[in-house]
Amino acid sequence: MKKSGMRPWFYILPALLFLTFFLVYPSIRTFHLSLLDRRSTAFVGIDNYRFAFTSRAMLIAFRNNLIWLVLFTLFTVGGGLVIAVLMDKVKYEPFAKSIIFLPQAISFVGAGVIWRFVYDHRPGVGLLNAVLTFVFPDMQPIGWLVNSDTATYAVIVTGIWVWTGFSMTILSAAIKGISDEIEEAARMDGANAWQMFWLITVPLISSTIAVVATTMVINVLKVFDLVYVMTAGRYDTNVIANQMYVELFITRHNGRASAIAVVLLLAIVPIMLLNIRRFQEQEALR
Amino acid sequence: MSEERSARYAPKIDVQKFLARLPLHLVIVLIVVIWLVPSLGVFVNSVRIPREIRSSGWWTAADNLFAAETWTLENYEAVLDAQGMARSFLNSLIITIPATLIPILIASFAAFAFAWMEFPLRLALFSIVVGLLVVPLQMTFVPVFRAYANVGLTGTFPAIWLAHTGYGLPFAVYLLRNFFGALPKDLFESAFLDGASYQQSFFYLALPLSVPSLASLAIFQFLWVWNDLLVALIYLGGTPRVAPLTVRVANLVNSLGADWHLLPAAAVISMLLPMIIFLALQKYFVRGILAGSVKG
Repeated sequence: MKKSGMRPWFYILPALLFLTFFLVYPSIRTFHLSLLDRRSTAFVGIDNYRFAFTSRAMLIAFRNNLIWLVLFTLFTVGGGLVIAVLMDKVKYEPFAKSIIFLPQAISFVGAGVIWRFVYDHRPGVGLLNAVLTFVFPDMQPIGWLVNSDTATYAVIVTGIWVWTGFSMTILSAAIKGISDEIEEAARMDGANAWQMFWLITVPLISSTIAVVATTMVINVLKVFDLVYVMTAGRYDTNVIANQMYVELFITRHNGRASAIAVVLLLAIVPIMLLNIRRFQEQEALR
Repeated sequence: MSEERSARYAPKIDVQKFLARLPLHLVIVLIVVIWLVPSLGVFVNSVRIPREIRSSGWWTAADNLFAAETWTLENYEAVLDAQGMARSFLNSLIITIPATLIPILIASFAAFAFAWMEFPLRLALFSIVVGLLVVPLQMTFVPVFRAYANVGLTGTFPAIWLAHTGYGLPFAVYLLRNFFGALPKDLFESAFLDGASYQQSFFYLALPLSVPSLASLAIFQFLWVWNDLLVALIYLGGTPRVAPLTVRVANLVNSLGADWHLLPAAAVISMLLPMIIFLALQKYFVRGILAGSVKG
């Protein structure tokens, strides 16, 4: 490094301006707006937060984000790990992994359309009902996306389909980073595949698993597109980010929309602090 | 076991090994098929007769696989023309190309400074960038939307270029700084000793050495912007003149009704370019994922 005076500031100034105008300042402003009324003219105290924490729409959204949190995170991380381990052992690994990874290239809108054709309630059209009524001829076809008992889960499965490839890719790279000697030594000691997985693979890549799980938790909190395209929040599938959109553009209540955004931010703050700390620890080692 | 014997029994051992591994292969094939079939269905449906799409599953096309009357391109003609998807495709390109290039340009300068220059608050400022990586965009919509409305930018391309630049920058700066920082230290130190300016070491060392990294970032940002629905909905609204593919397809989904059979063709048009780019440049995409995986 060399001494540099003002020069570095010219390099970072455009970035700082954009970050300030589009992220930092608006975020601070949103805190303020969340305490004002619909048109941001009068102070209303915590009214908008009362709405955010007690209205029926938001309670359903909280419940659903929680279901998402558990199922989506579990299956994207767990599924991605299992697939990475299985495929690590075959020659056609690159091809097979590409197929799992491919949904990452397409939009949630595209994924939503794709899965609407899987979930269609007519067994003649929807693949899932066609398979089920073929295997169980007595079964009535199920309207997966138009039934409050199933719709949220159906959307979550689509999300898992999109994101498992992401976890698989990162975890697969971590698995390939485990030294062959360790695996060989474990095998010489008579470890079977199951023991290898739980006693060697999982502990050695645990920090990567944590990073991937964090990413998935962030995805859960931000989930919007899939719900918007697949159910538009109907059939008890509402999520926090969708309700924010509804308040912003349908009911046009800026105070409530802002309060919901703040709730989302607060949920993400622990992860934010964790990331910053992790970065600063890495930096200390550099 | 002697060399001779193992050689003689080798083929048999291979068969045993294959049989032992057969369940593994079957499980993998099953997983791959489950992942592939939903997309396959939409691709097949997109070239079927509208009446057939509405009344029967795409898999029944296999019954008349080689019959000319099974297949048609009329859905594509209909969505490109009547549904305005051709216009939307163009809009998506007009939105995505500047919204990919501008943040990369701005981020590379900042990332270079964060990686190789000494200045006060360097660590603190970069920590803020790391924090901003995960800020929900929802936090910014109301104020930015109002600011745009005040200056008449709502519903214009510059509005969304600027927004995507702001939103994409934390990740772009973070990723490029990781890449620049991983370049050999000696290189820069000897360049500085030889009297190279920052400008020279940026343009003649850091950038040329980071072309693959810039490619990783470009693919990320391209896919992110191309596939974005939310930011386009907020700042472009429903204006058909400027609507990108994602907004158009989402509208088609929610209108349902008479145009339902056009969904597969519309979805395929929106997915084609990102899929091609992804498959062609997967290597760079994976690099980006591995280098920047704190990003949400």
